[in-house]
Amino acid sequence: MCLGIPGEVVEILADQPDLALVDVSGVRRAVNIALLEDGGVVPGDWILLHVGFALSRIDEDEARAAMEFLEGLGQAYEDEMAALRDSGGD
Amino acid sequence: MRYVDEYRDAGKARALAAEIAALCEPDRTYTFMEVCGGHTHTIYKHGIEDHLPDTVHLVHGPGCPVCVIPMGRIDDAVHIALRPDVIMTTFGDMMRVPGGDASFLDAKAAGADIRMVYSPLDALRIARANPDRRVVFMAIGFETTAPSTAVTVLRAAAEGLDNFSVFCNHVTIIPAIKAILDSPDQRLDGFLGPGHVSTVIGCRPYEFIAALHGKPLVVAGFEPLDILQSVHLLLRQLAERRAAVENQYGRVVPWDGNPKALGALSRVMELRPHFEWRGLGFISHSALRLKDEYAAYDAERLFEVPGIRVADPKACQCGEVLKGVLKPWQCKVFGTACTPETPIGTCMVSSEGACAAYYNFGRFTRAAVREATRS
Ligand code: SF4
Repeated sequence: MCLGIPGEVVEILADQPDLALVDVSGVRRAVNIALLEDGGVVPGDWILLHVGFALSRIDEDEARAAMEFLEGLGQAYEDEMAALRDSGGD
Repeated sequence: MRYVDEYRDAGKARALAAEIAALCEPDRTYTFMEVCGGHTHTIYKHGIEDHLPDTVHLVHGPGCPVCVIPMGRIDDAVHIALRPDVIMTTFGDMMRVPGGDASFLDAKAAGADIRMVYSPLDALRIARANPDRRVVFMAIGFETTAPSTAVTVLRAAAEGLDNFSVFCNHVTIIPAIKAILDSPDQRLDGFLGPGHVSTVIGCRPYEFIAALHGKPLVVAGFEPLDILQSVHLLLRQLAERRAAVENQYGRVVPWDGNPKALGALSRVMELRPHFEWRGLGFISHSALRLKDEYAAYDAERLFEVPGIRVADPKACQCGEVLKGVLKPWQCKVFGTACTPETPIGTCMVSSEGACAAYYNFGRFTRAAVREATRS
């Protein structure tokens, strides 16, 4: 029940400013955006959806920065493993 | 799927696991509490503990809203639901929660009109479609969910809908964390902070945990890499002899939270002087109720409820599980008398409950084996 899922904003409904059409894993549904700052989302933005409401806009830059950190770790690990393999041992 | 799949990458998980192991100091153990039931779910679903050294323990906290509802409140809600003029609406995971007398499921079998909804707005829709019935929404959840209930009440008021009301059981996370920090048997080294609650309240409310209790807290997301990275950040703080609040889940959680959601909350709701939590007892200022202005939408004022306190069943050790003192499989009735089909305690009902998570993902055997071989 507490789970939130990411979805991509497809369209802001002009006649109902509190609603946006959101694509969640291929399913489109109307989502209430009253909890976001006015004018806070545009089509193409990603939001976190919880019990029918957009709770937060997903920050692309923050997501990228976190991924870059993880990618860096992954690379360091791969390098370490490669070094380990190359060192042979026999 | 974007923002999901990339946080489940096995290679990166192994890399993080290696970093985590490197940060652990020899001859000591680490115990971190994941406050939120959503984290418990991820941890068991993805077997996160398999990636952690034996010296790092994750214990579950009180952050499953279904789990902390006391039995007396269920009895009150069932009492309302059994009225012939009422349609009770609820999130699906409340259906099996046992009360002192009955669960919603039992009440439904006895003829009560109880309908599952995905959103409080669905309850509003049912109210519009049934003007001759009184539609009650069983509101549960932490600050994540409470603003949605608040907006729904505001909508009902704006539309002048007079057959809709809320049975409000919203709780707040900070007093629960305080209660845990103050309990004499806690031996925690840090916290994984609740990601979705924090989208609303932000990161500042946790600062006392670092400043006064000297324990680090990292607000964490819900995918496997989020959890591993948060454990890594906690260990790094401990290695550097620091205690601070950090935000691993920056893509979703702004440091200052969601001012609009907080605004809606404070317009519609206020703190109760005290509220009973299952297993934790009464905690001051730990729950929300509707303000007087919105009394017309408050089921507690519209309907007579018994309001009787019901003691938890003797066999139930949910309180210890919710405080992180016992592992679910250490409860005597776990998996025998208490299962998801016939729950005795609430932790076995919701998929975010620790007992249900252990039961469904079969982790208890591995954890039990590990524990047994250690002692
Ligand atoms: S096994 Fe059942 S009774 Fe025991 S702590 Fe878990 S939910 Fe409560």
